[in-house]
Amino acid sequence: MSADLPPHMRPERSFQGLILTLQRFWADQGCVILQPYDMEVGAGTFHPATTLRALGPKPWNAAYVQPSRRPKDGRYGENPNRLQHYYQFQVILKPSPPDIQDLYLRSLKAIGIDTALHDVRFVEDDWESPTLGAWGLGWECWCDGMEVSQFTYFQQVAGFECRPVSGEITYGLERLAMYVQGVDRVYDLNFNGREGDKKVTYGDVFLQAEQEYSRHNFEHSDTVMLFEQFRMAEAACRRYLEAGWADATKAKHLMALPAYDQCIKASHVFNLLDARGVISVTERQSYILRVRELAKACGEAWLATEAGGRA
Amino acid sequence: MPDLLIEFLSEEIPARMQKQAAENLKKMVTDRLVEAGLPYEGARAFATPRRLALSVQGVPARQPDLKEEKKGPRVGAPEGAIQGFLKSAGLASIDQATISKDAKKGDFYLAVIEKAGRPAIEVVGEIVPQVIRAFPWPKSMRWGAGDLTWVRPLQSIVATFGPETEEPEVIPFSIDGLTSGDTTRGHRFLAPDAIRVKRLDDYASKLETARVVLDPQRRKDIILTEAKNLAFAQGFDLVEDEALLEEVAGLVEWPVVLMGAFDEAFLAIPPEVIRTTIRANQKCFVLRDPKTGKLANKFVLVSNIEASDGGKMIVAGNERVIRARLSDAKFFYETDLKTKLQDRLPKFEQIVFHEKLGTQGQRIERIERLAGEIAPLVKADADTAKRAARLAKADLLTEVVGEFPELQGLMGKYYALAQGEDASVAQTSEDHYKPAGPADRVPTDPVAVAVALADKIDTLVGFWAIDEKPTGSKDPYALRRAALGVIRIILENESRVALAGLLVKQHSVIHAQVNRSTVEFDFLKEASAQNDPAPEPPQDAAPDPAMVKNLLAFLADRLKVQLREQGVRHDLADAVLALEGLDDFLMIVRRVEALGKFLDTEDGKNLLAGTKRAANILRIEEKKDGVAYTDEPDKRLYQVPEEQSLAAAILSVRFEAKHAVDHDDFAAAMAAMARLRPKVDAFFDKVTVNVEDPPLRENRLKLLNQIRAATAAVADFSKIEG
Repeated sequence: MSADLPPHMRPERSFQGLILTLQRFWADQGCVILQPYDMEVGAGTFHPATTLRALGPKPWNAAYVQPSRRPKDGRYGENPNRLQHYYQFQVILKPSPPDIQDLYLRSLKAIGIDTALHDVRFVEDDWESPTLGAWGLGWECWCDGMEVSQFTYFQQVAGFECRPVSGEITYGLERLAMYVQGVDRVYDLNFNGREGDKKVTYGDVFLQAEQEYSRHNFEHSDTVMLFEQFRMAEAACRRYLEAGWADATKAKHLMALPAYDQCIKASHVFNLLDARGVISVTERQSYILRVRELAKACGEAWLATEAGGRA
Repeated sequence: MPDLLIEFLSEEIPARMQKQAAENLKKMVTDRLVEAGLPYEGARAFATPRRLALSVQGVPARQPDLKEEKKGPRVGAPEGAIQGFLKSAGLASIDQATISKDAKKGDFYLAVIEKAGRPAIEVVGEIVPQVIRAFPWPKSMRWGAGDLTWVRPLQSIVATFGPETEEPEVIPFSIDGLTSGDTTRGHRFLAPDAIRVKRLDDYASKLETARVVLDPQRRKDIILTEAKNLAFAQGFDLVEDEALLEEVAGLVEWPVVLMGAFDEAFLAIPPEVIRTTIRANQKCFVLRDPKTGKLANKFVLVSNIEASDGGKMIVAGNERVIRARLSDAKFFYETDLKTKLQDRLPKFEQIVFHEKLGTQGQRIERIERLAGEIAPLVKADADTAKRAARLAKADLLTEVVGEFPELQGLMGKYYALAQGEDASVAQTSEDHYKPAGPADRVPTDPVAVAVALADKIDTLVGFWAIDEKPTGSKDPYALRRAALGVIRIILENESRVALAGLLVKQHSVIHAQVNRSTVEFDFLKEASAQNDPAPEPPQDAAPDPAMVKNLLAFLADRLKVQLREQGVRHDLADAVLALEGLDDFLMIVRRVEALGKFLDTEDGKNLLAGTKRAANILRIEEKKDGVAYTDEPDKRLYQVPEEQSLAAAILSVRFEAKHAVDHDDFAAAMAAMARLRPKVDAFFDKVTVNVEDPPLRENRLKLLNQIRAATAAVADFSKIEG
């Protein structure tokens, strides 16, 4: 597939080439290619195109890149692998097709991983998100001993059984790019596939951001504001959920998505507070539960919307 | 007779579940066959990452015919009863029933229902879907739009049945859109095409051609042999690891063993860290240099494919990952070395150990105090023990332990040695968690013994105090293990530890500390940081004697279990533990041993018989009279010499035995007891207890009670069997 691409766009030559190749591959499989959700999230799963669309009976196939923020994982740009902001490539296929593993393996081939030369393995890894009230079974996918993707069959999301079941594939893009480019330090990744003075590395794009956000996340984030934001998001979420019911029968909901945004917001604010170490071990659990309650209520509302299949 | 072959091909089955799944499949199918009247000659089950397979040999082609008699109503019974009978027996009219003659009760109808045996293939076709639906995976899931559950999506089912000499038939059934057949697939990458299979031999050999080794044991053998050979060829030894081998054999259908290397500079990291990194994250084996016994900078990986470049890319890829992992580990290790263990301690003040038992910091403070108290009892220096206790858990806050919790304690040892701590202090970090199970070793360094005991006793007392005792199979805080640990440490080190006092004291410490205000606590924290003696608990703390008694009884129960496993007679342990106030476990065991030896002698046997006889008489008479004859006998009422001499013997034996027991000389105590025996025998020989004269009878009963009381100096003889 990469043969018809100019060298700088090839998945093994540039970070952006890798993304474009995956997008094209999944577009060819009939997926809707979405853009990242415009809010801070901890993982691609939080995008409503996964969390909410995994609920309800309607088929749904989508793929997108999602910038993911894990404030605690910041290392001031000093760790070769850990970032507080990184990219996931997320694929969701509902219902999960019978050949989903083959599709995944073909996507690896598209980015230059030949299974005649590389040892690709599906190693047990069950997934659980306490904040989303979600769990599934699946694997981490190994290529020559390196974990390059997560593969999950959603069983439950927001506390509701998934029927049909969605298959979720998450590629850790930096990891994968480091592997195909043969690079040991994430900041050395070639971002644009050019050489010489035209070359832009991952470090050129993100190193400063990693340093600044690490300072922010660990030392300076405004915790008074964040605590307040958590409360506000939580209250707004509940208010929108309440206001969204079309009538007293609660059979139809008209505002599940705006409410869910506030749930995402609360979750990210919690992650920031957690990174600042201002939430004690015992409080931590109760914050997680509070976000989970929001997620559950949003899931319930979603199931009463048109896309959720009930209205 | 026909053979049965079943295969469930699925997406990758977790390695840890495969073995049990194969056993379950075999049991579930064969149990149902037997239940259906289809006994079999043999069965074998197999698992690979993608398939579960079962072969059952020698299954009859048909079920046997069954003849069942069903008794009906008597002849001439009301129409309703007749109709009901016809319905239940499946008869069209009463003419089809026979009449059974019975002269006494009257004639009655009898239906003879002949149930023709069905072809086995039909029966198996019902059994297999039942097994699929009822299969006990530890975790199972749905997929797609279906409702079926399996460990991962089920892709195809092979089910064939037929005699060896013929082409087997497909056992026809379908389940949730899957239809049984006789085709499967080979290796995911090396031979993915469909293959038709017949029965086990044909199936296994076709799979082998299609790059699948069906038998997990063979995969293990291949991996182990090749790994050893590869290691040997380079002059190294494989560090064998059965659990890893089992897991790796469950991750590959076609094992290809390859060797990789890492930079020698990483060998500066403790070998356990290297091994754990490589094992846990990469599922690779490490190698040892047989000359030095040290780790080599090599590893062995097991690939699932025969790569077209001979595995060069695979090795290179794994080397890169291992390099990254070891760089992380080295970075963590070196970062850890920069902070002294004691400087990590303040952080424990923020970490809750248990909601009701305070922070880790408070717990460490308690263990430190207790270790200091135990130290002299186990011949350890108290200050060293306290220092060791304070540092023993500090490695929990290090990066390496954060990454690999299984290295807790061990890393503490490395870090303690690196900062120049006493060897005992360092060893304590590793050993105070021990024994982690019945097979684990027990600490022997006196300092480690003191801290290990303190750690476990604090855990036990703490959870007892907040009423979180183990119940039934529930023991979330591993308190049984802690109790057994206390017992083993004491016994195997032959330590003299009176537990009751320690438990009471620790309870009051916990009570006082957890109830202390934060302000006071901060103050004390500063005090202990200045190396002042640990604070004494306030006097108002109220230890609960019943709780400590209950905990001691729990420990005694664990001791009994432990002794029973060592083959000690449980009644002897019961006889000793029935005595009040014993809390020195080493002496309890010594006493049980001495008692056992004594009871093997003639004197012991006879004294036991005599004591039991006395106790029996007393029990009967005390019940009859409604009195307990526990008073001293009146020596003026003695009439025969045997009474006097028994009374005199009891007096001196009691004194001697008590003296001996007080000095923990149980052999001497038993020897004293032995002198009682001829007197007891003579008494029963010559003296009648239940005489007419009431005062005399009463006095003799009191004397009998003295026998019971005398023997109680060593054990409660009534608990001893025989």
